Amino acid sequence: MSTKRLTMVESLNLALFEEMRRDPNVLVLGEDVGVNGGVFRVTKDLIKEFGADRSVDTPLAEEAIIGASFGLAVYGKRPVCEIQFDGFIFEGFDQIESHMRRIRMRSRGSFTCPMVLRAPCGGGIRALEHHNESAEMLYCHIPGVVVVMPSGPRNARALLKASIRSNDPVIFFEPKAIYRSIREDIPVDHDEVAPLGKAHIARPGSQFTVITYGPMLKVTMDALKKRIEEKNWDPEVIDLLTLSPLDNETILESVKKTGRVVIVHEAPRTGGIAAEIIARINEFAFFNLQAPIERVTGWDTPYPFFARELTYIPDAPRIMNAIENVLKY
Amino acid sequence: MPKGTITLESIETLSILDEHGHVDEKLLPKLTPEELLKAYRFMLFGRRLDEQAMRYQRQGRIGTFGPNIGQEAAQVGSAMALADQDWFIPSFRELGVWLWRGLSTQAYFMGHMGFEDASTNLKGAGNLPMAVPVATQCCHAAGIAWGIKIDKKKAAAVVYFGDGATSEGSFHEALNFCGTMHLPAVFFCQNNQWAISTPLKKQTASGSLAQKAVAYGVKGVQVDGNDVFAVYVAAQEALERARNGKGATLIEALTFRKSVHTTADDPTVYRTIEEERLWESKDPLSRFKKYLESKNFLNEKKNHELEEKIAQEIKQGYEKAEEFRNSNPDPLSYFDYVYERMPAYLQWQKETAQSQCMGRNMIKGATEAAVAGSGAAAVGQLEEAAD
Ligand SMILES: Cc1ncc(C[n+]2csc(CCOP(=O)(O)OP(=O)(O)O)c2C)c(N)n1
Ligand SMILES: [Mg+2]
Repeated sequence: MSTKRLTMVESLNLALFEEMRRDPNVLVLGEDVGVNGGVFRVTKDLIKEFGADRSVDTPLAEEAIIGASFGLAVYGKRPVCEIQFDGFIFEGFDQIESHMRRIRMRSRGSFTCPMVLRAPCGGGIRALEHHNESAEMLYCHIPGVVVVMPSGPRNARALLKASIRSNDPVIFFEPKAIYRSIREDIPVDHDEVAPLGKAHIARPGSQFTVITYGPMLKVTMDALKKRIEEKNWDPEVIDLLTLSPLDNETILESVKKTGRVVIVHEAPRTGGIAAEIIARINEFAFFNLQAPIERVTGWDTPYPFFARELTYIPDAPRIMNAIENVLKY
Repeated sequence: MPKGTITLESIETLSILDEHGHVDEKLLPKLTPEELLKAYRFMLFGRRLDEQAMRYQRQGRIGTFGPNIGQEAAQVGSAMALADQDWFIPSFRELGVWLWRGLSTQAYFMGHMGFEDASTNLKGAGNLPMAVPVATQCCHAAGIAWGIKIDKKKAAAVVYFGDGATSEGSFHEALNFCGTMHLPAVFFCQNNQWAISTPLKKQTASGSLAQKAVAYGVKGVQVDGNDVFAVYVAAQEALERARNGKGATLIEALTFRKSVHTTADDPTVYRTIEEERLWESKDPLSRFKKYLESKNFLNEKKNHELEEKIAQEIKQGYEKAEEFRNSNPDPLSYFDYVYERMPAYLQWQKETAQSQCMGRNMIKGATEAAVAGSGAAAVGQLEEAAD
């Protein structure tokens, strides 16, 4: 098996190349995705191999990008549209809420919407206003769409491939804070496709459970490293990967094993995925708990301008503090 | 109904000052030498400010931003026509207007350093903050113009946006509102030929952007946007129409984004040197300078003095902004502006955040001395946004 060490930008780019080669119905569209290869270069050079008809620079119009992707999808193509930043999906939010998620149900399966909407998300790169939010929960509240967020180059490739092959519409969030900061070995000659709707146990353990996803996985793992090495901590870390529909089973099994849970996410606190997970644990595993669940989250404020963003994003001290609370209970 | 044709309103075009600094005297607006020099000073100031900010950005002292270089005539020319009671509704590439309307160099740099504090003094001046989501601010102009109309004020709402913005629904919906309700608005489009890597011809199949006004029953005008006189005259006329109850105008100012889209952009990927050279010869600042010199309003010595003063002012503004950054500003003050009264649960969150920030410098980009002993990352150590 040969591998290549790639960043997430590169592995996503690879996944697009692979899927476009595999299926002539796959095309990418969006602002600056063609000649420029995307502002983050995720669609780089696709235009060279597949031409301007399959790597399409559209006018600056998110509603048309998302709505036309819906049209392409119900027609029988497999569009992968890029919205330049998740903060600009809102121009086309209507299409997601009113059409993408409903067409299967309201046509009794006559139509499906096999499209992927890709967008960079999250903060931490001292970007301009509207380029930092973690708004994934808005989409988790829309039954009918699948919401995915990878946490590293390898699962990014495997999840994007799965998303493109999915017959349900997928909102695919790419945490830009880790677009280029992590490299991983990618099994390039292996068609690795990750199952959607399945969480991954990033580190098996028995002492307590940390549930997280996306950019916070690395922050969490880095925070835990020293304690694991020096204090023999034995955490189980769950990487959600798909935020909706949520993988109950992996979460509940872990809770039953450890009885102690910390949930970490960058998105605002109220209505964050932690709230949903806590509700489900309450429904299905309440009596397995040995301590109240802690959550470490972004705050219930708009994301501050970048000078103050360090106060907003969960970091190692905040995560450690929560874990200690759960352990000493 | 027999076959016929519908005659559409035609689009006026205007240019007064050409690339060589020659003017069409018949069309020249009446401006005093002082007014002309003031316009020149603001154009030059904006140019130098962005150039210096580019250097600071490359040194990691400030964050990503979009320079205005090449668009000074469109910005200052239109700003000159605005009165205090008019509203300025910006997108994100209107530095010349901001400076004309009183933005300090310190506030400019504080914005680029990532502080909301830069916008603290907006109240009462009729200037909205920047709107980053392309074209969304066009609808706000309809609302502000509506308010002006309800109150029967002699004022206008002037909204700025780019060529790319004309592809968004918001632009069309706002124009339609202003057309149907006969609102006192001016839609000022800086057509700088590019929306990041997307050239105008991929943005629209229309022969001009100005003609988009016609379908909404709004007046459309196209001007040479690198000609400060033409821009001023067109803006003045549009504002007069608006203030006098004659409805809205869409002005398309033809210009060119000479620099990068933002400091994270690389134009060599998508456009040619030839195109850049062609527009270099049409530069708004150099042609205005030629004109002023030909009239003896400006000479090399005066220009040099002006350059020195500007450089000094920019440096001082930057230093003041950096002083602010290092002055230990409250890292959690943003909690105070979410609601009029802070909800109890948010108050608890703020207190939790406070206890967790205690003893650490959480302000990004504060200098080493200020950061000492903390885990904070300094500006320049982090990955840049690519937009
Ligand atoms: C709704 C929305 N979509 C995408 C973006 C990302 N973006 C920022 S500026 C820009 C291009 C804007 O082009 P134009 O309107 O011509 O203005 P210019 O940048 O040339 O001044 C894009 C796509 C955004 N800010 N808002
Ligand atoms: Mg433009």
